Amino acid sequence: MCLGIPAFVLEVREDEKSALVDSNGAIFTVQIGILDEKVKEGDCVIIHAGFAIGKIEREEAEERRRLIEEIMAYGKME
Amino acid sequence: MEKWNESDLLREVINLARKVRERMGRKIKLMEVCGTHTMVISKSGIRALFADSIELLSGPGCPVCVTDQRDIDRVIFFARKKGLTISTFGDMIKVPGSFSSLEKERAKGANVEVFYSPLDSLKYAEKHPEREVVFIGVGFETTAPIVSHSILLAKEWGIKNFSVLSLHKTLPPAMRVLLDDPELSLDGLILPGHVCTITGRKAFDFVARDFNLPSCISGFEPEDVIEAIGMVLLQILKGAPEVQIGYRRLVKEEGNVKAQKMIEEVFEPCSVSWRGFGEIPESGLSIREEYADYDASRKFELPAIEMVERKNGCICGEIIKGKKKPPECKLFEKVCNPSEPYGPCMVSQEGACSAYYHFGV
Repeated sequence: MCLGIPAFVLEVREDEKSALVDSNGAIFTVQIGILDEKVKEGDCVIIHAGFAIGKIEREEAEERRRLIEEIMAYGKME
Repeated sequence: MEKWNESDLLREVINLARKVRERMGRKIKLMEVCGTHTMVISKSGIRALFADSIELLSGPGCPVCVTDQRDIDRVIFFARKKGLTISTFGDMIKVPGSFSSLEKERAKGANVEVFYSPLDSLKYAEKHPEREVVFIGVGFETTAPIVSHSILLAKEWGIKNFSVLSLHKTLPPAMRVLLDDPELSLDGLILPGHVCTITGRKAFDFVARDFNLPSCISGFEPEDVIEAIGMVLLQILKGAPEVQIGYRRLVKEEGNVKAQKMIEEVFEPCSVSWRGFGEIPESGLSIREEYADYDASRKFELPAIEMVERKNGCICGEIIKGKKKPPECKLFEKVCNPSEPYGPCMVSQEGACSAYYHFGV
């Protein structure tokens, strides 16, 4: 039920209440009224039941790498 | 791009899990709280990949599964009212109540419409002014602001034939009840990424603070879940429980404050009954007096509904609490399956029984 799908913003409507988005080729309108930050064309948002609930920040691949290194360091300690 | 199931991350986390298991002298017991995680974990094969070292239990995070049977009966009562349209998310349709389901009522002529969004239900109401449209509001903190927003829009647009039967629930109070149960004895939690997108990390601080339990807020890609498992395992090894955010690209410390305010504007906490748990104080969301016109439970008279015990052997209540796994149910696969479900965990796509049925684990 808490399923969320990522989609890219194609265009924010004039009233700034909804936006046209593209999710893997499916193009549709979603509500952006519960987002607490502004979105613009090209931003990636997570859609739940027709509403954008949050904006995706660029993943810091660096942090994932650091976790792997930390786990490997634990392995060597044994 | 590297495939997740051939990644360094997976290999290292599996090794780490084996190490932690060895040190503990028993299997590690983790719970994924969210139903969407249950699906990802079963479908990707993660449950099977870690089977020798981690027991991954499914928790109470499927809203349809935890809906009390009496609430399903109330929904069916509405469905039988003349001139009334029940509008709902699809998962609710097949859930059996004490004596019927929405699907059966629809077959008998009830007007039941399935929508992807409450906004579609609102638009339906606008197009059909002659009908009263009742939206069945199920879902946790992720869904509640969306339903709030729809009620606010109904008011703004002057749509008077739309109302909501709120069965919304909030997860932290139920998590507390679950973690208080000495029988469960978990070693860590995979916390729900989209609930936390709204509530922020802070809403789950109590997991480390009050229960001294490692946890990580996870995203919904297989590599997100593996990363979260890795983070929880490191916390176990270090003996330093905290609520870590693995889903950094979406979840913030404070969450979506605007959405939180929208929930507060329309709803107030109330005591509510959960399947498997019973009554949990402050764990439900009822519509505030100011929005009474949009509250189906005030708009229409409802009879008191008695609990009718169904003695068919369904153990969904135990499965929701992570005490039993689907194959331990004597109905599972033999008579209970997705086309003829005996309980909600087989109905909802995110239910543990449905996940085990479709993916074998």
